[in-house]
Amino acid sequence: MNFVYERLLGGKKGMLGLIILAVLIFIILPLTLDMFRLSMVGKYLTYAFAAVSLVLLWGYGGILSLGQGIFFGIGGYCMAMFLKLEASDPESTKIQSTPGIPDFMDWNQITELPWFWIPFESFGFTVLAVITIPAIFAFIIGFSMFKRRVGGVYFAIITQVIAVILTVLIVGQQGYIGGINGITDLKTLNGWDIREDSAKYTLYFINAVLLFAVLFIGKFILTSKFGRLLLAMKDKEDRVRFSGYDVANFKIFIFCVSAVIAAIGGAMFTLQVGFMSPSFVGIVPSIEMVIFAAVGGRMSLIGVVYGTLAVNFGKTIFSETFPEIWLFLMGGLFIAVVMFFPNGIAGVWNKYGDPQLDRLLDSKLLSSLKTAISKNKTSPVEDNK
Amino acid sequence: MSSNTDFALAIEDLTVSFDGFKAVDNLSLYVDKNELRVVIGPNGAGKTTLLDLICGKTRSTSGSIKFKNKELSTLSEHQIVHAGVGRKFQTPSIYENLSVYDNLEVSYPKGRNVFGALTFKRTPEVDARINEVANDIFLGDFLEMEAALLSHGQKQWLEIGMLLIQDPELLMLDEPVAGMSVKERELTAELLNRISKGRSVLVIEHDMEFVARIAHKVTVLHQGKILAEGNMETVQNNPDVIEVYLGH
Repeated sequence: MNFVYERLLGGKKGMLGLIILAVLIFIILPLTLDMFRLSMVGKYLTYAFAAVSLVLLWGYGGILSLGQGIFFGIGGYCMAMFLKLEASDPESTKIQSTPGIPDFMDWNQITELPWFWIPFESFGFTVLAVITIPAIFAFIIGFSMFKRRVGGVYFAIITQVIAVILTVLIVGQQGYIGGINGITDLKTLNGWDIREDSAKYTLYFINAVLLFAVLFIGKFILTSKFGRLLLAMKDKEDRVRFSGYDVANFKIFIFCVSAVIAAIGGAMFTLQVGFMSPSFVGIVPSIEMVIFAAVGGRMSLIGVVYGTLAVNFGKTIFSETFPEIWLFLMGGLFIAVVMFFPNGIAGVWNKYGDPQLDRLLDSKLLSSLKTAISKNKTSPVEDNK
Repeated sequence: MSSNTDFALAIEDLTVSFDGFKAVDNLSLYVDKNELRVVIGPNGAGKTTLLDLICGKTRSTSGSIKFKNKELSTLSEHQIVHAGVGRKFQTPSIYENLSVYDNLEVSYPKGRNVFGALTFKRTPEVDARINEVANDIFLGDFLEMEAALLSHGQKQWLEIGMLLIQDPELLMLDEPVAGMSVKERELTAELLNRISKGRSVLVIEHDMEFVARIAHKVTVLHQGKILAEGNMETVQNNPDVIEVYLGH
């Protein structure tokens, strides 16, 4: 009980932050927005997975990845491959010269399903693939970089290059993976039509639940000794190494975790938006994810969720209201945030909102709640967690 | 290549060459168990390089470093730490944005791999050990303070504490009293005399008064070679040493 309260919920304040976010995502937004806007929020929340992954990797670990789009894309493509196979049953593709294979393969004179598509006929395998393929890929990148002590700017550049390579690869392989158009025309998931409004509602809530699950995993990691080691490594990597830790292993692990988190976001993106394309893999989306994290506050798991929503709503509003100059407005906004609020939204909250909250929590109004909470506390040692 | 000895640390024919410049040149050095050895020498003598070689930060060109008859020069940095060697850096190397308590806990020798660190629990035993070390290094009242706010001398102590909590059998300290006040130097001398019991300590220091207070034996390095070795008095009266320090 104490473990859940102190570590996963983050004590009194952490719990309040989580509750407010939960109320917003689970109650306020679904009740106030129409289906069109709500599915937009659903899409943005899939980007929030990538932003959360960057809190662990970049905010705490100090490892800037400019290639989170790689993992977002891998997750998205795994899910898209499964959905595309289901949408390409022989009945609905009978006008093709080879019925039963995805349409873009037929257009490219491919007459047989490539071997790497075959396992994606199974939903179980697909879910497994969404988690393991990014982890394996991140492990290979991480192992070859971190064991050689490649870090900092070099790591950022290399991840960016890998994102470009992957985009070029996808675009070049139109027959096998859909090329520049991506994988489109996704219809059903095990017979369940994901294009209907009710399905979109359900997927929105599944996505939200998964996001909270990821937030809890993030909290678990950051509040463990591992989390303090990440901060220590960011500050004095050599001191950690000469305290008996194999620094590379810790970096590889957090890189793999962040890859899996981004990939879950990608898979949920495909499900909710109904397609996946290389434009979610390359440099631009990868850098946008870093911007979401920077605006939200890269040291705050919850902050980056708000950051992602704020930036994306900003994009939508600016582009609808000022179609000609909206990109300049966004650019100006980012410069302003980086210049005046280096810790993003979370930083502003900690500076101005938090002291107000303290006063509120100390008021008589909540004293009864406090006594209830303090009853849960045990020994002073446990309290420090 | 070299035989086993009774020494805690046995360095034989150690050489490291940086593009032809020999920072440490065919050096042999033996440190006993329970000995506190101080290494002195002018700037560029190779003192810090020697510590870098022992802890694995720099790789030797030739020669052997044996700790309790275990060859260190082929081990990776964290394996050398696991073998029982701890090293303090010249400028205090602590985690500024963590509290004193967290600094010590992160250095606690449990949960040293990924899954160990994820499942590490702050047991009463860990807590007691952290408090014990904090009191040893005069920081018992500063456990909750962010390490960045400590004074320079307190940061030096904290780094020593981060090594002590691992209970190393060989403790290497690079200029532990640099930037300390007179009072802090006295406390540090007392601390070093206390912690050198039951382990070997290798200290690099420039402050001769301080050296005289702590050293069992002094080694003088000059241009990567040993110039003199012995107790403080012999070394101070050695004409070669006087020439190196006062000549030119």
